[in-house]
Amino acid sequence: MFKFLVKGLLRDPSRSRFPVIIVAIGIFLVVFLQAFMMGMIKDVINVTAKMDSGHFKVMTRAYEELSSVVSNDLAIMDVDVMLDDLRDEYPDIIWTPRIRFGGLIDIPDENGETRVQAPISGLGIDLLTPGSIELDNFNFADTSVLEGRMPQKPNEILLSAQFAEQAGVKIGDQATLVGATMYGSMTIHNFTVCGLVEFGISAMDKGSMIVDIEGVRQALDMDDCAGEILGYYKDMNYGDHRDEAEDMRDDFNAKYSDENDEFSPIMLNFMDQNGMRSLMVTMDSAIYGMLFLFMLVMFIVLWNAGLLNGIRRYSEVGLRLAIGEEKKHLIRSMLLESLVVGFMGSLIGTLLGLGAAWYFQVYGIDASYAFDSSSIMFANVFRAKITGQTLYIGFIPGLLATFLGTWMASRGIKKRQTAQLFKELEV
Amino acid sequence: MKAKKLITLLLCSVMIVFAAYPDGRELIKKMDKIMASDTQKMTSKMIISTNRTSRTIETRSYTKGEDYSFTEYLAPAREEGIKMLKIGDDLWTYDPDADRTISISGHMLRQSINGSDLSYEDMMSDETINEDYTAKTVGEEVVFERSCWLIELTALRADIAYPTRKLWIDKERYLPLRGEYYAKSGKLLKRMEIRQVMQTGGRWFPKEMHYQDVLNKKSQGTSFIIESVEFDVDIPTYMFTKAALKK
Repeated sequence: MFKFLVKGLLRDPSRSRFPVIIVAIGIFLVVFLQAFMMGMIKDVINVTAKMDSGHFKVMTRAYEELSSVVSNDLAIMDVDVMLDDLRDEYPDIIWTPRIRFGGLIDIPDENGETRVQAPISGLGIDLLTPGSIELDNFNFADTSVLEGRMPQKPNEILLSAQFAEQAGVKIGDQATLVGATMYGSMTIHNFTVCGLVEFGISAMDKGSMIVDIEGVRQALDMDDCAGEILGYYKDMNYGDHRDEAEDMRDDFNAKYSDENDEFSPIMLNFMDQNGMRSLMVTMDSAIYGMLFLFMLVMFIVLWNAGLLNGIRRYSEVGLRLAIGEEKKHLIRSMLLESLVVGFMGSLIGTLLGLGAAWYFQVYGIDASYAFDSSSIMFANVFRAKITGQTLYIGFIPGLLATFLGTWMASRGIKKRQTAQLFKELEV
Repeated sequence: MKAKKLITLLLCSVMIVFAAYPDGRELIKKMDKIMASDTQKMTSKMIISTNRTSRTIETRSYTKGEDYSFTEYLAPAREEGIKMLKIGDDLWTYDPDADRTISISGHMLRQSINGSDLSYEDMMSDETINEDYTAKTVGEEVVFERSCWLIELTALRADIAYPTRKLWIDKERYLPLRGEYYAKSGKLLKRMEIRQVMQTGGRWFPKEMHYQDVLNKKSQGTSFIIESVEFDVDIPTYMFTKAALKK
């Protein structure tokens, strides 16, 4: 029967063309948008984890409480001991210390007098240890360093290219950091600019300096201290470890965190930071909401198509009933036919959607203009991401909508009176 | 008729009470006379206490009138050799390790000095009370068992860091035993107390002052202890030039 129905659909394309096109267009949009949203979610997770939150972040409770401002006076002390403990206890995680800081960058003229002075946000990370995860996090090996080279000494810095251009800073220039030490004293510390960087994230490209953590420790009087310790899963895929990450955070905090000691450490996982938990729920809801909406629209369109088809095939249905085909059998065959149409449309739509998604996964859309004045950690180029779900997600609404649409339309068959069939058919 | 008499009587009483208070500006002038001198050489310690640490910073400073001041850090080792120069409204700091002289201006003036409860702006503004505020004596209170005049200061310009201040001035020694610094909203921002005094150079002078930034919950206050002070000493003019910073 299945073979018979497929043959019928192929030989009479006017029966299947319109529904297949409708389903294909709908599924194309579903597949493409799903891949695009997954790409955006992945970018948000990746950029935020790499640049800001890690998959885990350990800080003092007081530092965490004031996390919206840089409070290095509340930093973790005896960091080396804590790093050893973390590496022993959680060996599947890569741990790395960071220091965030702010201040003024002062560029002197040939007489040592201030030529340019501007506020800057800085980041001290492990740049000098071979194989440091931070080299991958900031993509230094690939695209970030536009000019010059990576620091080879603690007193060498990378400046954001945009800032350097505005301030007229060149490779090899001296740059003096004017800031506050961990104890609040003013610090004036000289660095040498060895490279200019661009991360493709407006918030960081506006005015950042990157320096090896030892250089920052010297400048800010933070020997064996760090504002935060970040942890990363070795496969860099947080999504696969969500539940595990919740358990690990609870385990650490139960062992080491003390509510009554503001300098005791506290661990947050990725979802605990930057409102990620609610953002993820919103993103998930948006994907399922979008699927539901498309299903609803397609369901109505296909129901309508089924009704039109029913009118067009009025005589055929009447004849089949007249020669003794049962209504149930007739409806079943039309539903089966709709599944074939749905499958064909879903397949075509999925293939088209995958093609478009692949294109945007490789090339992306440059949206840097939208983030020019933004401080959100967001990649400037939006990319799609094809996941396992992308391959099958279109078939759910594709099959279901055609099936439901045909089922609604086929209810008319039940209402037809067998006694009046010959009259209707004018036989 | 009775009511009219009563109001007149009340008004007279109030006027008599206020008339009994000395003029606020005169008190400030007397306070300035005690605190200031043509030139001054001072060695001091600043003890900065937070919830986590306590640090002591030692400095030697030279001042000439209200406009010139030169400070050299003596300890701890990390701060040793740092110098600070104030000429009028300009302030510079020199770091020997970086060999850089940086002008402190704009928002940097509002930053804390060495993590203490004092900002650079506080340091700059204390010397010009008479020019920046109107002063009115509003009462008398006892502070540290000393009878004091309570003076309210109101800023004359909008760009003054503290629009209102209160000072409790010792009736005999004319030292400001307590000071409170308020925001425009009336919120208390900082508090200062002279906890110990000494007699030196023929005058009463603060020995230990305590500053508390009320808004900084991490701070437990900053003590400023004057180890030695000499008045009207010879200070070479060269000391108050930018070139002296690098010496």
